[in-house]
Amino acid sequence: MSAAAHATSAPFAPGDRVRVRTAFPPGHVRTPHYCRGHEGVVERLCGHFPNPEELAYGRVPTAPCALYRVRFPQRALWPDYAGPAADSVEIELFDHWLEAVE
Amino acid sequence: MSPHDGPHDHGAHDHPHPNQPDLEDAPLAYYPAMADAVAELLIEKGVFTADDLRSTIDYMASRTPALGARLAARAWADPAFRARLLADSKAAAAELDIDTGPAPVLVMENTDAVHNVVVCTLCSCYPVFLLGKSPDWYKSRNYRSRVIRSPRAVLAEFGTVIDPAREVRVHDSTADMRYMILPRQPEGTEGWPEDKLAALITRDALIGVCEVTAG
Repeated sequence: MSAAAHATSAPFAPGDRVRVRTAFPPGHVRTPHYCRGHEGVVERLCGHFPNPEELAYGRVPTAPCALYRVRFPQRALWPDYAGPAADSVEIELFDHWLEAVE
Repeated sequence: MSPHDGPHDHGAHDHPHPNQPDLEDAPLAYYPAMADAVAELLIEKGVFTADDLRSTIDYMASRTPALGARLAARAWADPAFRARLLADSKAAAAELDIDTGPAPVLVMENTDAVHNVVVCTLCSCYPVFLLGKSPDWYKSRNYRSRVIRSPRAVLAEFGTVIDPAREVRVHDSTADMRYMILPRQPEGTEGWPEDKLAALITRDALIGVCEVTAG
C-alpha cells in the first residue's frame, strides 16, 4: 500500500465492535496493558498520526496510522468494578492494535 | 527546636546558621544533565537560539486555566459556539484568539447523563495550551492508576460525588489527542456576562475532578 493510501485508510467506523490485540511487543507502545484482549466499540476516528512505536526510535517519516477512540464498559475492563453498568472508559488506540469482532 | 531556630539577637555571635539548600546543592540527576546537554548542543549547532528556548518556556508559562475558562464560558453563553467548540476546538478557539497548540484538543461536554474526567495513564499528557502547567497530582501514579479503575472513589476524594444515575466516563489520553472538559453550567447563572461566568470555572473543573458551582 502506498503511503498516501495508508494515510487515508480507516478500516473501522464509529459503532464497530473491536478487540484490542493481546500482544506484548517490546519497545515504546502506547496501548495500555489493561485494555489488551478486551472488546469495545469505536467511538470515532481521530485522524492519521505517526506510529509512536516507530517514532520513538527516530524512524521518521513513518507512514501515518489511523487512530481511533474506543469505548469500553468499566465492568468489561475490571471484573470487580463496583460502579454503575453504564460507567465507561474511552482510550485512543491505533489501527494495528485492533481486530474486528464478528 | 535548637536554641538558634527562634528569634534572637544577631548582635555579637559568630556561629553558622543553617541555609535553605540552593537548587545546585542536590546532585545533578541523569535526565536533567541529559536535557541540559541536548539544549546546549542544539544551541551550539544553531538549531535554535538561547532566546528561542527562553521565549518558548516563557510562552508556555504564560498559559493558564483562564484560557480554558474563557472557552467554556463562551460555550455556556452561546449554544452555536458550544457546537463549534465540540466539533473543532482549534477553529472555535481561534475566534477568541486562543491558541490550542500543536496537538488536537477534544472538548468533552458534561451533561445531566454523563460526567467526564481526564487522565493519562501512560505518562502525563495534558492540554497545556489551554490549562497551563498540570498539577502534580495529575502526574502522580496514585491518580493515574486509580482514577481509571475507581473513578467514583477518586472523584469523591476530590469532594465530587456523582449521582449513580449519571455515567462516569474516563478519557485515557494515550496518544495524540488532548482533552478539556466542558463543565455543566450551574443553575441560576443563565444570562450572566461571560467574564463573570469564566471566573467560576477552575482548572479542576476543566479536568473533570469537580463541577462548577455558583458562589
